[in-house]
Amino acid sequence: MREALIRLEKRPTPSKLWSWATPLVAVVATMIAGGLLFGALGTDPIVAIRTIFYDPLFGEFAFYYRGQLLVKAGPLILIAIGLSLGFRAGIWNIGAEGQYIMGAICGAAVGLAFYPLEIRWLIFPLVVISGALGGFLWAMIPGILRTRFNTNEILVSLLLVYVAEQILAWMALGPLRNPDGNGFPGSRNLAQYSSTSNQELIVGWGLHWGVVAALIAVIFAYVVLSRHILGLNIRLAGEAPRAARFAGVNPERLVLLCLGISGALAGLAGMFEVTGPSGQIGIDFNVGYGFTAIIVAFLGRLHPIGVMLAGLLMALTYIGGEAAQASLGLPAAAIQAFQGMLLFFLLAFDVLTNFRIRFGGRATA
Amino acid sequence: MNALLKVEGLRKAYPGVVANDDVSFQVGRGEVHALLGENGAGKSTLVKMVYGLVRPDAGQMTLGGEAYAPGNPNEARQSGIAMVFQHFSLFEALSVAENVALGMENPPPMRALAARISEVSQAYGLPLDPARRVGDLSAGERQRVEIIRCLLQDPKLLIMDEPTSVLTPQEVSVLFETLRKLKAEGTSILYISHKLEEIRALCDGATILRLGKVVASCDPREKSARDLAEMMVGTELATPAPRDHELGDVALALDAVTVASGAAFGASLRDVSLEVRRGEVLGIGGVAGNGQDELLAVMSGEVTLAADRVHLHGKPIGTVGPNARRALGVLAAPEERLGHAAAPDMSLVENAALSAWVRMGMVRRGFINWGKARKYAEHVIAEFDVRTPGAGSAARSLSGGNLQKFVIGREILQKPDVLVVNQPTWGVDASAAASIRQALLDLAADGAAVVVISQDLDELMEISTRFAALNEGRLSEPRAAAGLTIDEIGLMLGGAEVAHA
Repeated sequence: MREALIRLEKRPTPSKLWSWATPLVAVVATMIAGGLLFGALGTDPIVAIRTIFYDPLFGEFAFYYRGQLLVKAGPLILIAIGLSLGFRAGIWNIGAEGQYIMGAICGAAVGLAFYPLEIRWLIFPLVVISGALGGFLWAMIPGILRTRFNTNEILVSLLLVYVAEQILAWMALGPLRNPDGNGFPGSRNLAQYSSTSNQELIVGWGLHWGVVAALIAVIFAYVVLSRHILGLNIRLAGEAPRAARFAGVNPERLVLLCLGISGALAGLAGMFEVTGPSGQIGIDFNVGYGFTAIIVAFLGRLHPIGVMLAGLLMALTYIGGEAAQASLGLPAAAIQAFQGMLLFFLLAFDVLTNFRIRFGGRATA
Repeated sequence: MNALLKVEGLRKAYPGVVANDDVSFQVGRGEVHALLGENGAGKSTLVKMVYGLVRPDAGQMTLGGEAYAPGNPNEARQSGIAMVFQHFSLFEALSVAENVALGMENPPPMRALAARISEVSQAYGLPLDPARRVGDLSAGERQRVEIIRCLLQDPKLLIMDEPTSVLTPQEVSVLFETLRKLKAEGTSILYISHKLEEIRALCDGATILRLGKVVASCDPREKSARDLAEMMVGTELATPAPRDHELGDVALALDAVTVASGAAFGASLRDVSLEVRRGEVLGIGGVAGNGQDELLAVMSGEVTLAADRVHLHGKPIGTVGPNARRALGVLAAPEERLGHAAAPDMSLVENAALSAWVRMGMVRRGFINWGKARKYAEHVIAEFDVRTPGAGSAARSLSGGNLQKFVIGREILQKPDVLVVNQPTWGVDASAAASIRQALLDLAADGAAVVVISQDLDELMEISTRFAALNEGRLSEPRAAAGLTIDEIGLMLGGAEVAHA
């Protein structure tokens, strides 16, 4: 008679302990597996892990990297918060990257329309609103297609990323190209135009308005999910769609709402990026925050506080990865593999939240 | 006695619960043995261990004198044990023969299998056409597919979990004929049911479980249904008593409601009209899948219609959604507890807020007062004797019957004007069922209009003022429940009286 050595038993109630412990276990497992990977590439694993996780915060060049941490974490958290609301409701917006691009384009276009007027109190808020609106409208396309024609929002939102990238290239080469740029692609620098500039609020911290917006989004999402009827409806729709209907949730309105919020937040992230750290609309403006934010959302358990911590951690792997490329000569792909491993281990260990492991099984023999 | 299956000292513990503790009993050859117990008494866990789905923590089993420890259902089947589950596992888009073939390790050619199915179905009085599509079969016919699937293995022991819960009275008698035939051939049957009269009519022996332990074994033919129920519960049983009261005005009325079904094999509603008065319990009988879910949805507001199709106290409310109807006093408790009436992974507190926030004032300016929600959940738990470690437990950690008590209690304690319930006591043990029925009667006596949709005819006869049958989406003319004979009801259920003048 064959005996399974390890068996999974469903828990009657999901384990609270494991739902918080799995991200930590996943991080540790990723460090171990990543260390092995780096070892196989001929780098001392201990040095590589230290370069990625420790040096950016406490090493010799920490003064530079620490500022980068918030610059990278800001857009990741802002986007991931929006995505996590939708994911909770079972609404899968995979196209945040596209909404991020469209937010940046709309924000930049409105800002540049006023160039060179110097009325910051009017123009900067207008730019912020346009950025949010750009992302919102781009997310409404999969939303309306789903509610009207029952198309799959995963596919539509994802494919619209590639459309947005084409629009970005066209904008950089055409309508938004800097007239004083000697024919080079790319818009005027919005960070250097005082009416639109999204500068660091405290020098050296990387704390710009986008980071502030991310923090507000975290608090907003936390309050909505834990205290507001909308949060209950979102969780209901994701966990038990029929029960949600019974509770009076209109599924179509919820789809539009969740896609709208996540689109607007992604658009804001793009707008804060183009007016700050990036500075201009260029062909290679987007660097994949919209996709990485999906990992951040899941790594953070779709919980606002978790998303914030996960965003900081993911930002750390970004800058630590850059440092490792520079000082250890690790290939960029190794860092991406490293980030992928994190998601993989997280999903694998996630099983423990709902199941417990039983070893052996000869108890009855 | 020449025992076929002998179970000794079985124990199974889950985190936080001991489902079975030191359970011993035996089933003789050719015996029909009943397993009786309240919800959560451990019957399901016990048969799952016999069928190899769950592994015991301690104890032994012997089958035909040899040690028996199935690691999975396959091994159980090879040892000669077959099981018919309460919920069928059939593919609706496939034919009967294809469904049977899917459950076999080495299915014979389809034509040979079809011949074999016809042969077995005739031998045991279970008429079934192997070429028909399962999606077109009634629940009773689907059950026959499952039974024949088992019989083709030539089992020594057949386990049946609540087999009559989905059958009409006529179908039940056909099933019992088959089971008696099997018994005469020496096949043993392990029979789980809540219907005590059936057990008295069918079974030779019974083992009674309470809280995971065996509390008694007896010959059910020598006991009354009341005795059996009291052994199960451990206390004396109260029979629901209707209170005398006058009927009031019409509260809720449906006028010629027609709904197309969303699901491919679900039923729709055709031209359904009904009225229910204050103080009245309108019982709606019929086998599940004949439009019950849709009927509830039309009244709860989950499905909206043209305004004048539904009236509440004379006002059209057809376009009004669930929460606005709740505010008006129309509440509902759907049949499916996990996933429809309650969200499985959410706590009882959250599930209390799910349908009660509108009426119980739990939300102000969009913000939920969780303290109020918790108090209300605890109120429901206390009033309806819901057995759970606490209001913070996830809905899915409760046994079916306890969750049902919570779901029904959650609606009743909101003091509705109109309450619509579908299968209020499905899978609930005798004492809890009695208290749910009493609560429904009390609600009506206090002036609410109550609609009870159920497959349990005894229940409907016990509490209904008027009775109507739902068959293929059509509702028969309601008749006063007092004085209806079982034959008349059978005819109404079969749709014979649907074409009323």
